[in-house]
Amino acid sequence: MKTVRPHYCDVLIIGSGPAGMAAALAAAPAGASIVMVDDNPAPGGQIWRGGPGVQLPSEAKMRREALLRHANITQLNSTKLVAVPHSKEVLLEDAIQGWCLRYDKAIICTGARELLLPFPGWTLPGVTGAGGLQALIKGGLSVRGERIVVAGSGPLLLVVAATAKAAGAEVLRVAEQAPLSAVAAFAASLVHWPSKAVQALGLIHTGYRTSSHVLAASGQGHLESVRLQQGAHMIDMACDRLACGFGLIPNTQIGQALGCAVDEHNAIAVDAWQACSLPDHFAAGECTGFGGSERALVQGRIAGLAAVAKRADALALWPSRQRWDAFSASLQHHFTLEPPIKSLATPDTIVCRCEDVRYGQIASCNSWIDAKLTTRCGMGACQGRVCGAAAQHLFGWSLPVPRTPLTPTRISTFVQKAVKIDSSE
Amino acid sequence: MNTDANSISIQLDGKVHPVPVGVTVAAALSLRGDGTTRRSVQGERRAAFCGMGICQECRVMINGQRRLACQTLCAQGMIVHTLSSKVIP
Repeated sequence: MKTVRPHYCDVLIIGSGPAGMAAALAAAPAGASIVMVDDNPAPGGQIWRGGPGVQLPSEAKMRREALLRHANITQLNSTKLVAVPHSKEVLLEDAIQGWCLRYDKAIICTGARELLLPFPGWTLPGVTGAGGLQALIKGGLSVRGERIVVAGSGPLLLVVAATAKAAGAEVLRVAEQAPLSAVAAFAASLVHWPSKAVQALGLIHTGYRTSSHVLAASGQGHLESVRLQQGAHMIDMACDRLACGFGLIPNTQIGQALGCAVDEHNAIAVDAWQACSLPDHFAAGECTGFGGSERALVQGRIAGLAAVAKRADALALWPSRQRWDAFSASLQHHFTLEPPIKSLATPDTIVCRCEDVRYGQIASCNSWIDAKLTTRCGMGACQGRVCGAAAQHLFGWSLPVPRTPLTPTRISTFVQKAVKIDSSE
Repeated sequence: MNTDANSISIQLDGKVHPVPVGVTVAAALSLRGDGTTRRSVQGERRAAFCGMGICQECRVMINGQRRLACQTLCAQGMIVHTLSSKVIP
């Protein structure tokens, strides 16, 4: 297979999940040259991640096939966006090499990641994110015969439990931190989104408990047991895996590195055309606030159409987006994290997994920068993607615009960039 | 070691293992070992955690390059070295 590494495109789409796929398919008929960049091996994002034994839904397969039919769409999978050397130019890196790509318009569809909060034992092998376990199972991880506890917050927990069960695991408990009143109110609100209500019905789990959260994970070298607060009771459960995620947070780093502003919810700020604060840049999907794939799809279509100046077509989609924006608001409102979730870590709990920095070391710091400078918190390989978001939630610290490289990058990729800059001068 | 059309062989820390076609390196490490990917700076064993290319816990050496096990698919003849036996900077 020949690897194409284009140096220019009319529309750059960053992220090939539902929003990115919808954006590409909406923009393609206008004839623009489109490049889609994604760091995963195949398009689909997290929700439509393929893998052995994954039966992709027809809406995902249909879009994957449609992308291939457009000669003006180039998909760059397993490709990372590592830096922004100049305005409207990005530095990319795949398994072989790095190179620069210039563009006229960009659509940021970088999705969301899980909010992963520290608790005693969360660094033990066997403990993963909730969506994290789902992604690993889709990638071929075997959980057959294993005992699994799912914990955290949001409807994703039930989806993860269903995935694990279908893969042969015994799901002992699904611990949702939100109270029953909130979960019941969310469930009742689903009457406005019948397709979601049907989905939810299929996910009902007898081990589901509200007002329940993880207190600690323990084991010798690998997870053996989980301690849960379940209402007024504290219980211990022997298990092989704990999948724990506290909801989703927008991936804004690439958008911010490009120069786009974020809003009061720490999501990429967009207007009704999905346009960002920076001209010629658009954003769609969960990087603008989490709200599910339906919202991502309609936002992606609006962004794709707006990027190729098809405003009338984009305008026609506004009512549909409004419907899913309301779903998003309901989701975020009902699964707000309760105060005890802020006090799971003890002084010796590791917060920064990359640098092994403990809670007690940063608790007395007065800002994220202070924590970085005095403890190296957030200065390891993940560049604070995990502990920065955790610190933001735990201490209310604001995080600065991320610095490049956005992700660990090979020296040869920077050499590539330097050569290019030299030759253009 | 390449036993049938549904499996390929890869080298994990010097030993050849058959793995199913289409699995990630993260899955292979768990299927054919204990899933350990690296040691933390203070020497703790770590394994794939976020599953989606964010946390970097699953970084390993693949064909001589440092890559994420969760975002890399196994390929016939791939050579994978975990960072589990040494403390990495």
